[in-house]
This record gives sequence, C-alpha cells and structure tokens, in this order.
Amino acid sequence: MSLKSTLCAATALSLITATGAFAADPSATITVATVNNGDMIRMQGYTDKFTEDTGIAVEWVTLEENVLRQRVTTDITTKGGAFDIMTIGMYETPIWGSNGWLVPLDDLSEDYNVGDILPAMAGGLSHDGTLYAAPFYGESSMIMYRTDLMEAAGLEMPDAPTWDFIAEAAAAMTDRDADINGICLRGKAGWGEGGAFITAMSNSFGARWFDMDWNAQFDTEQWANTLNFYKNMMDASGPTGYATNGFNENLSLFNQGKCGMWIDATVAASFVTGDDSTVADSVGFALAPDTGLGKRSNWLWAWALAIPAGTQQEAEAKQFIEWATSTGYIDLVAENEGWANVPPGARTSLYENPNYQAVPFAQMTLDSILSADPNDSTVEPSPYVGIQFAAIPEFAGIATEVSQEFSAAYAGQQTIEEALEKAQAITNDAMEAAGYR
Amino acid sequence: MSRTVTKQRKMITTAAAWTIGLIIFFPIYWTILTSFKTEAQAINDPPLFFAFDWTLENYALVQERSDYMKFLWNSVIIAGGSTILGILVAIPAAWSMAFVPSKRTKDVLLWMLSTKMLPAVGVLYPISLIFVEFNLLDTRGGLVVVLMLINLPIIVWMLYTYFKEIPGEILEAARMDGATLKEEILYVLTPMAIPGIASTILLNFILAWNEAFWTLNLTAANAAPLTAFIASYSSPEGLFFAKLSAASTMAITPILILGWFSQKQLVRGLTFGAVK
Repeated sequence: MSLKSTLCAATALSLITATGAFAADPSATITVATVNNGDMIRMQGYTDKFTEDTGIAVEWVTLEENVLRQRVTTDITTKGGAFDIMTIGMYETPIWGSNGWLVPLDDLSEDYNVGDILPAMAGGLSHDGTLYAAPFYGESSMIMYRTDLMEAAGLEMPDAPTWDFIAEAAAAMTDRDADINGICLRGKAGWGEGGAFITAMSNSFGARWFDMDWNAQFDTEQWANTLNFYKNMMDASGPTGYATNGFNENLSLFNQGKCGMWIDATVAASFVTGDDSTVADSVGFALAPDTGLGKRSNWLWAWALAIPAGTQQEAEAKQFIEWATSTGYIDLVAENEGWANVPPGARTSLYENPNYQAVPFAQMTLDSILSADPNDSTVEPSPYVGIQFAAIPEFAGIATEVSQEFSAAYAGQQTIEEALEKAQAITNDAMEAAGYR
Repeated sequence: MSRTVTKQRKMITTAAAWTIGLIIFFPIYWTILTSFKTEAQAINDPPLFFAFDWTLENYALVQERSDYMKFLWNSVIIAGGSTILGILVAIPAAWSMAFVPSKRTKDVLLWMLSTKMLPAVGVLYPISLIFVEFNLLDTRGGLVVVLMLINLPIIVWMLYTYFKEIPGEILEAARMDGATLKEEILYVLTPMAIPGIASTILLNFILAWNEAFWTLNLTAANAAPLTAFIASYSSPEGLFFAKLSAASTMAITPILILGWFSQKQLVRGLTFGAVK
C-alpha cells in the first residue's frame, strides 16, 4: 500500500470511529455525574438492582470533587445537557436553584416521604422553601480522639468540650519522641479544605466573614483570636507541615496512630474505626469544640442528587433519585454490608432505627448534624447562609485566595496580622467588584 | 593523561545521566509499586519499598468497577485521530513555511507557538458553547478536532525544523523533472522527512494521550478517555492511593510500551538538527 493510501485509510478510519459509530443507544439510559467517595462508589455497585426494577440503565461519570465541580458547573451554565443527574453539595444547590438551573424536587412520591429528610439537610438543599437536591448522605464535623492516649494523659474528654480543653489535651497527649501529635487539623489551602475548617472554627470564636452590609470582617479581634489560637496550638501540638495537610493527610496520620485528636468530617468515623486503621479499637467521639459563645465549630455538608433543568429524561432521573436516597436503599446496603456502611446523615428514621443506634459513631454524628444551623451560623448576625462557606457565587474564589494567605501564615511565611490584612483587602475588593458593596 | 580525564568525565557523565534518569523514573516506579500494596500499606510511614505482601486486589477492583477497554479505545481513537489529522494539516503548512517563506513567516510561527501560552481555562466557555451548538459534547470527533488544534503549533514547528534541514535543490530538481506540488510533497519531501515525521507523530500522540483538561471537560460517559478513568479514582475524602495507582499504571502502560519500542526514533527526531 502506498503512503498516500495508508494515510487516507487511517484518516477515514479514525474519523468514522471518532464521530460516534460506537455510541450506545441513550433512549433508556441516564447519566449521573458523581464524586469518588466511598458511599457513592458503593451506590454504583447496586445500580444493577435499580436497572432490574425499572429498566432504566445508568451511566456513571465519576470524578474527583474539584474536577466534578468545574465539569458540572460548565455543563449547567452552557446548557450542555451531558448529565441527567449531578452530585452537588450544599454550596451549589441554593445558588443554582435560585438561578433556575435545577429541577425543583417538589413532586416526589408519597412513599418517598420527604418529611423524613433531616431538617438541617432539607434546609441547606432548598431555596425559598423548595427542595432542589435530595441528600444522599450528610455530614457534620466532630472530634475523633484516641481514648488510650487521653487516659494516659489523665484527662477525660467531655461530650461537648471547649477549645481551651482541646489545646490542653493536645499538649498533654503530644509525645514528639514517639511521633505522636496531640492534634491534627486541616491547614491546606482551598476553600473546601483548610478554608472550610477555619471558617467553621471562627464561628465558635464569634467571627464572621461579612457584616450585614457585606463588609469583610477580617480586621476584627475575633478573627485574630481564631487564627492565633489555631497556630499556637498547632505549632505546639500539631504535626510537622500541618499547613499542607488536608483530610487525607490527617486520616493517614490518625490511622497510623500519630494523632491524639482529629477534628474533621463525621464520615471519617467509619474510616478510623475500619480495617485500614491501626487504632480502630481505641477511638472515641465528641462534639466539635466551642468557646462558650453559643456556636460550636462544626460544619454541615451534604452530597446530594439534583436534576439539571433541561434534561430530556427528567422522569427517569427523578425515579433514580427516589431510589438512591430512599429508606429502601439504606435497607439494601444494611442487609448486604452492615449498618455501619449505610449512607449517614440524610434521614431522621435512620437515627431512630435501633440497629443503627448500635453503631458507635451514630449518635455523635446525629448530635453534630443537629447542632449545626446554616441559617444561623454566626454569633453576630450575618447576611449569608452557610456554616463553613457563604452561599454566594463569589465565595469559592475569594475563600480559595484567603485560605492561601492563611496557609502561608501557618507555614511561617508571613505573620497572622499580614495574612488577615491581605484577606480583608482580597475580600473587600472582590465584593466591591461583584457589586455587593 | 588526557585519556584518564576523558574516562573520568565519561564516568561522571554516566553517573549524572543515571541519577537524573532514576529521579525522573522514580514517580512512575513508585506508582507501579503502590498499585501492588493494600491501602494501609500505601500510606505506611516509613514507606514500604519491597517488604510487603504483594497483591493484585487493586487491579481486580479497578477492572470490576470500570470498563477499562472502553476508556482505552477512546484514548487510542482520540490520540490517534488528532495526530493523523494534525499531520495532514501540518505537512503542507510546514512545507510552505520552510520552502516558500514570506517576510512574516517567522512571526507567524512565533504567533502560532504563542497560542500555547494561553491558559486553557480561558477559552473553556467559548469552546464548550461551540461544542453544545454543534452537538459535539461527549463525542470522540469533537475531541479529535480540539486536540488536533491544540497540538498543531508544536507539530508545525517541529516539521518546519525538519524540513529546513532538507536541501531545497532536491525539491527544485523534482519540479524540473515535472513533479506537481502534490507529488513533490508526497513523493519527495515526505519520504525524506520520515524520521522527523515519525518523531513528530510519536510526540503528538503522547501529548494527546496525556491531555487532561479538555478530555475531562468535554466528555461524559461516551467519549471519556483514560484521563477520565484516572480521575475517577482520585478523591480528597478517602484514602484510595493504591487503587488510584493501579488505575494510573493501567493508563500509562500502553504509552510506556509504545515509548519503549520507539525511543530510538523519538530521540533521533527530537535531536534532529540540534548539532551541526
């Protein structure tokens, strides 16, 4: 074959195959975009059961959380229509719902029992009282601690400790020679990483992102107290390089027995008591700390399923959402994998179930969720909804920059005062540009 | 005396080359090694180099959860299609720039290359809207065109460099013998530039294979290539390093094999004209 014929044949072949000769018939197929979390992956394993019952096939697009957020945001704003169901969180849902980008979930069947959804979750996933996403699982944050180390330190963890107690316990549990850090916390830059933690923590110190006129509040004493307390405690009792630690890094340290305490997402409870943990038998739980001002430092989050407006398969998508977030699905998982593995934090009835009440972290998870109110998260009044975030479109960009400044301060590249000054300027500039001020 | 110095220099150069090579290879080695560990072993501190129970469990889990062959096929089509299309467009372009240059040829070349400096995210929305308008979202055809356009400046630049090394008199002789423009490019220029074209094809194929921004943002369930396959095992909330490593190993294996067998051509092509 001549060079010319070879090139022509190869080009033709690649174009024929590239233009979709192998595409599947999409008539009875819905596409779901989701994150790579344990509960989501487990759900994919049970999809065949849904297809068997309904005849609707499900295609999964699983992506890392930040990639997924960018991908689904692009799709929904360009009306791409690539997905029939999107996995989104409490930050996106009210914003997208108010923009008319999501199908309201106001006509779910009676069997589904919308009233069973935990009020905190339903509130965070609604806009003007209309539910726009059904929670698949919900989480707050709480303290996970080593009972053996706490005992050795001669201390007893209260169910609802203060930050002062936590700092004292962290110092007492720290043993640098044995490579044990009294406390492990997120410090990594990113609005969903260290940014989420410090924002939730600041609530308990009486701080807030904005006053009622959308002026940044980083020049207040409350923010200075928050950051100084965090840095002093972490410098004294935290792991080396904590400024770059996120959820996974701390999980790894805790599971290897290198943390006395870890304050993070309640879903971590099943990881630290699971097979991969070397300290599974000596883990206790407590509410996230406070400073006595009436707000604790726990957050509230849900991964929820929503339907983008304009999908051609709205009825099928709703059918899937009803199945995946139902009590029937919880029973299915419990039957096959045990109660500790069911998706937590979404339904009231789960916490009334005696089988689930026997799971060691169940009650503390519920208490943490119930103690978080996204509509009243700060000591002084604030104009935004959200605990570890402010549910406005500009927040993700601003908080990412602010958290970078904070991380630089944790790492000693600048002082806390400098970081707060920069945060104040970044936030006010962005809010002015966006027309809030 | 001079012989001793040469030997020493040779030894130092060899040692330096090996050191750099090992440093570059280490992340790949570590990824492959981690793919054979359990999740607990993957995060062990101190890190485990050999003394652990080797397991194929991660590969089994990845196979069970994902349709690897579908992702692989999409990667082959997208990388192969964009490379072939790119070469077909770039050969005439590079020919004209190399043999019939104008006053502005250098500027045009530099301008083409400068488009590579534009952050991809800056044109995400325009490209997405075009894809939506022409129903190209989540199609291999759309990605073939986008990746071809993205890599075109590099292909044209590389081919231009190779073509410049070919004496223009040979093409002139072909023309005098009655060859048409098409025949001149197809039967005279192209065979003479085969090493250069081969290395350009290989490099472009590797670039297209590894491209992650557009392949993640313009695909969903149908046209997603191996980059999406890897992304589906990454998670900021949960330790899945061993599974992620297994998925990464499966994704890079085809390109590693291709690179291994074609390294001579690749090196020859990349260093072509570097030393005169």
